[in-house]
Amino acid sequence: MKAKKNYIIFLFAALLFSGEAFASQKIRIGALFAVTGPAAFLGEPERNTAQMVIDEINRNGGIRGQQFELVAYDTAGDATKAVNLATKLVKDDKVVAIIGPSTTGESMAVIPVAEREKIPLISCSAGIKITDPAKKWVFKTAQNDTLAVEKIYSQLKKQKQTKVSILTVSDGFGASGREQLKAQAAKFGITIVSDDTYGPKDTDMTSQLTRIRGVKPDALICWGTNPGPALVAKNARQLGIKTPIYMSHGVSSKKFIELAGDAAEGIRLPSGKVIVADQLPSNDPQKKSLLAFVKDYQKHYRAEGDHFGGHAWDAVMLIKGAVERGATTPEGIRDQLEQTRQFHGIGGTFTYSQQDHAGLGRDAFILVEIRNRDWVIIR
Amino acid sequence: MAKFICFMIIVILAPLLFEGGYIMNVLVFAGINTMLAIALNLLLGYAGQISLGHAGFFGIGAYLSGIMTTVFNLNPWFVISAASVATGLFAFLLGFPVLKLKGHYLAMATLGLGIIIYIIFNETIDYTGGPSGLSGIPQLSVGSFVFDSDIRNYYLVWGVTVVIMLLALNLSESRVGRALRAIHDSEIAARVVGINTRLLKVQIFAVSAMISSVAGSLYAHSVTFISPASFGFNFSVELLTMVVIGGLGSIYGSFLGALLLTLLPEFLRGANDYDIVIYGALLMLMLMFMPGGLARGIPELLNRFKNSLKGSGNA
Repeated sequence: MKAKKNYIIFLFAALLFSGEAFASQKIRIGALFAVTGPAAFLGEPERNTAQMVIDEINRNGGIRGQQFELVAYDTAGDATKAVNLATKLVKDDKVVAIIGPSTTGESMAVIPVAEREKIPLISCSAGIKITDPAKKWVFKTAQNDTLAVEKIYSQLKKQKQTKVSILTVSDGFGASGREQLKAQAAKFGITIVSDDTYGPKDTDMTSQLTRIRGVKPDALICWGTNPGPALVAKNARQLGIKTPIYMSHGVSSKKFIELAGDAAEGIRLPSGKVIVADQLPSNDPQKKSLLAFVKDYQKHYRAEGDHFGGHAWDAVMLIKGAVERGATTPEGIRDQLEQTRQFHGIGGTFTYSQQDHAGLGRDAFILVEIRNRDWVIIR
Repeated sequence: MAKFICFMIIVILAPLLFEGGYIMNVLVFAGINTMLAIALNLLLGYAGQISLGHAGFFGIGAYLSGIMTTVFNLNPWFVISAASVATGLFAFLLGFPVLKLKGHYLAMATLGLGIIIYIIFNETIDYTGGPSGLSGIPQLSVGSFVFDSDIRNYYLVWGVTVVIMLLALNLSESRVGRALRAIHDSEIAARVVGINTRLLKVQIFAVSAMISSVAGSLYAHSVTFISPASFGFNFSVELLTMVVIGGLGSIYGSFLGALLLTLLPEFLRGANDYDIVIYGALLMLMLMFMPGGLARGIPELLNRFKNSLKGSGNA
């Protein structure tokens, strides 16, 4: 009987300490991705990519003899959960940096934790508020909406199309896009002649589009993530609207073409270069990274690598760069991240500085048009 | 009384076990959820009136605190009490038409109410920041003492929870509590013995909303960021689950239910992708074998265990 008791105590002790025993000399990187829930289309490729890149680094012998370990948690897109898990990563898992979260809302919620605990955070979400103003411990890899808006507006200006209608989704992505579309219009001499929104779960946009048809704009800009914009494209075709349609980078994946079908033809959108990696000129500095990423992702997950996964690819590579330059502590990694110059990643060419923790320039986006169910670069 | 002392000891001593770990952070949310579960239990467990919109009241408290302290720079403590009174008043006025409804219809009406409040948070972008949320909410402070760490927030939140618990316990043992239970059993019988059922239902609805608002304010100040997604329909359902799993009509049950539902996902994290399945299965098993909730189920289980020990001792 007594032996049995001792055995049980031993088992418990083993359980308690097993966590510690495995924590050898690996460099632990935390990750918070919305793998389930409404933002799963972001979180899943992000987690897959981060795991893929870290496995690869380890297979090649690690960095300066040290292996990496990814501790990834699913936030389900919930801000409260993200805060909990960020604290867990810092306090229990003792990570040196955190990648993610996937959405702007979660990122904003986690920022105070990163600042308080002094852990570098590389967010994979696009909201401009994340790094504007720059916060000491917070970086991001997703392109600012500002850049996407600039890309569309400068094209419209070139074509002398100055009257636009905007149709945005009422979630974080759409709200941020709407704000930027309105704020930058004047700079490009563009007037917004109608401003409509739709709900993320709406299944019909005919009423908004009918109103837009009435104001006769030169172009329609729709800002949202799948499936909403595909419905806009279909409804517009049904209503016989001939106005050129521009979409956001939120739909720059093959999924959109699948959903919208023939209605997608002729639609233009700003996008990261990843979807047209093979069409890029060979002197493009990002081409090597892009092709490597696309090929790897295809091999591991039998799916097309998209720019969401690319955000995680960039984040891991930025940390890898910092560690290569000799950083191992959170403090050191943060300082080295800020020293990143001309890193050619998936989202663009990153150059961080003390004032700029977003790091991308206007060349991060290209404008593509959908022709014959594929992307064509517009120059 | 013994139960309360037991509860106090657990609350005061828990940080000794978990200090420094992330569980402290989870326990802060457990405290907030306990307040909300107690609030909903007063309405659902005692008065028998369902609400599927309590996340809305929680959100009103959070947003009033957030907006008043960031945009208008008002004193946070003042805002917490003012927000609570305002939410209570709002619920009081709304309660008269809404609580006339019964059963499924009441569920539908409160469900609608919660969704309307959620949409308002989402669409009034100029004040609430819309779907991308409101950040930069200050942490609470007394003089130069700032509630800026998990342990400080823990004692703040649980301090308030204990006070609310005492109030709720007193209320449930008072004449009002008995009147509420009478309404639960039969509204007509309650009216016959001279209880103003209509007013009492509205009053308890308002009190419940006030507590939810305080919880919301504390949430806003401890996380320092809020977005509408935290106050949606899903959270209302989660609150309802806490109350039912904990035990309808038991204040300690609400504490147990909130604690369990907040901590369980953390303990199941090790099961990776299966955590949701196990979570669901556990909840189903609990409802099958403890239909009265944890508050009644645990003592019953202990009794059965004791009896079986006695049985084996005799044999």
